Amino acid sequence: MKQIVVISGKGGTGKTVLTASFASLAVNKVMVDCDVDAADLHLLMKPEIRERHEFRSGVTARIDRDICQECGECLSVCRFEAITEDFRVDPVSCEGCALCSRICPAGAIVMEENVSGEWYISETHYGPLVHARLGIAEENSGKLVAKVRQIAKGIADKEEKDYVIIDGPPGIGCPVIAALSGVDLALIVTEPTLSGMHDMERVAQVSKHFGIPTKVVINKYDLNQENSGIIRQICDQSDIEVVARLPFSRVVVESVVRGVPLVEFSKNGITGDVVRLWERIK
Amino acid sequence: MIISIASGKGGTGKTTVAVNLALSLNNVQLLDCDVEEPNAHLFLKPEMHSKKVATIPIPQVDDTLCDYCGKCSEVCAYNAIAVFPGDSNRKGSGVLIFPHLCHGCGACTLLCPRKALHEVDKEIGVIEAGICGDMHFVHGKLHVGEIMSPPLIRQVKQYMYRSRTVIIDAPPGTSCPVISSVKGSDICILVTEPTPFGLHDLVLAVEVLEKMKIPFGVIINRSDIGDGGVDSFCKSKNIPVLMHIPFDKEIAYLYSNGIPFVTEKREYRRKFEDMFEAIGGGMKGTKT
Repeated sequence: MKQIVVISGKGGTGKTVLTASFASLAVNKVMVDCDVDAADLHLLMKPEIRERHEFRSGVTARIDRDICQECGECLSVCRFEAITEDFRVDPVSCEGCALCSRICPAGAIVMEENVSGEWYISETHYGPLVHARLGIAEENSGKLVAKVRQIAKGIADKEEKDYVIIDGPPGIGCPVIAALSGVDLALIVTEPTLSGMHDMERVAQVSKHFGIPTKVVINKYDLNQENSGIIRQICDQSDIEVVARLPFSRVVVESVVRGVPLVEFSKNGITGDVVRLWERIK
Repeated sequence: MIISIASGKGGTGKTTVAVNLALSLNNVQLLDCDVEEPNAHLFLKPEMHSKKVATIPIPQVDDTLCDYCGKCSEVCAYNAIAVFPGDSNRKGSGVLIFPHLCHGCGACTLLCPRKALHEVDKEIGVIEAGICGDMHFVHGKLHVGEIMSPPLIRQVKQYMYRSRTVIIDAPPGTSCPVISSVKGSDICILVTEPTPFGLHDLVLAVEVLEKMKIPFGVIINRSDIGDGGVDSFCKSKNIPVLMHIPFDKEIAYLYSNGIPFVTEKREYRRKFEDMFEAIGGGMKGTKT
C-alpha cells in the first residue's frame, strides 16, 4: 500500500484538482482530505456520508460570573489574551491550558470540552473518502488531520487497498506536518511565480526534514517559462525530480465549476499530461 | 485603522491585494502574518533594518530541586511533559519535556510546588522589519519543522504602529493562524475567486468573521473565470463586494515576476484608494 500526499506550500496551485484526478485514475484506493480548515475535495467527489463522528479535542475556559470576584489573577496569568477586562473568556483565543481555572482563588472558572469538528467516512463513485470539517474558528487542525489519516489507513489495511491518496493543506505548519508524516511520496504542486517557488522550497525542506521522498509538478508552467526553468534548476540542485509540467488551461476551472475531476471532464489537452503524471508516480 | 486580508481558500490573491492596496495608500504599515509562507517581501523588496529571533518560552527542569512529584505533567494540557518517578535512589527518575507540543502557557512553571522549573526561550522563527519607500514593513518567518505559528503571528503584531493604516496579510484557512492574524482588525477583506472552491471556503471564512464580530467585505479576483455563485452568495447575505478584478494575463505575468500590478496598471491605484474610502466610512459596523 502506497500513501501519496499532494502538498504545495502556497495555496491555490492546484492540489485538489490533481488529487481528484488521481482519485479517478487510481484503482483500489482510499481518499483523504487533509485540508480540514477549507476542505474542497468533496465538491468533486460527491460523497454520500456513511459515518459521521464528533471530533472532540481540548477544552475551553468558562468563567461563572456569579462566583467570580474579579480579582484579576486569571488575567495576569493568561498568555493567550483570552480573558477580557470584564472577565469574560474569548473562546476563540483560549487555547485550553486551564491555568486560569487552576489558579482562580474563587474556583469560578471551569473547563468545558470542545466539540471542535466532525469527521466522516463517505462512499463515493471513486471509493471511500475520509474527510472532516473543523468547527468554525476552532483549533487543533493538526490533530484532526492525524485522525482522518489514521482512519483512512485503517480502511486501506482492512480492505487491502493499493493507495491512500491524500489532499494536503497549504503552508508548512502543524496540519502539513500531520499530513506528511509517514507517507511514501509527497508530490509538491508549484507554479512559476516567485511566491510559488519560494513556498515550494520551504515545503520541500519540511518534507526533506522528515525524510519523505518528494517530487514536484509545475502547474501553469507556460505562464512564465523562465521561472519554470528556474524551478527545474532548483529541483535539480536539491535532487528532486520534476515529474510533470502542466499548461495553464481554462478547462481546469470549467471542470471545477462542473464539479467533476479534470480527467473526466476533458479527454484531451491537459488531461493527457495528468494521466502521464499519474503513471510516473503511481 | 487595521485592515486584514484573508481568504479561506489559498491562492486567491490575498498577498496581491495586500501589497497593491498598501502601495496605493499613504502612511501604511504592512504586516505579513502568513508566517508559514510569507510572500509580501517578494513584491515589495523592503530594505530590512532589523531582525529579531522569535521565541516561545518552554520549561526546563532543575534536577537538584525536582522531586519528580509529577505535578507539571498533570497540569500540562498538551501532554508536553512526562515524569518518571523512578525509585528512592532516583534511579530512572526524570522529567521529559517535548518542546514541539508545548504551547508556552506557563502552567507547569507557575504551579511546580518546588519551583524546580524555569522557562527558557526556544527559537521558532525570525521577525524582520524594514521600509519600502515610506511604507513600514514587518514579517515573520516560521522555522522549517516548527508547528506553532500563532505565537509568532502574535509577536509580529506587536510591531503594529497604530498611527498608520495597518494592513495585515493573513494566511489561508479558517483555523488558529487565521484567527491570530485577523483578531483586533477593524475590517477584514476576504479575497476569493468565483469557483465552487472559492465559494465554499468563502462561506467558512464568513462564518469565522461573524463569530469574531469583525466587519468584512469581499474582493472577487479573476472574476470572469468561473461562475456566478460568489456574487449571488454575497448578494443574498448582503455582503459588500468591494472590487472585481478580472483575469488578466498581464497581471498574472507581473505577479509571477514579483511585480505589484499597480506599478504598471495605474488605474487600479485609484480603485484601491476608492475602496479604502468606502470601507473607512460606510462599511464600518454595518456587518455582523
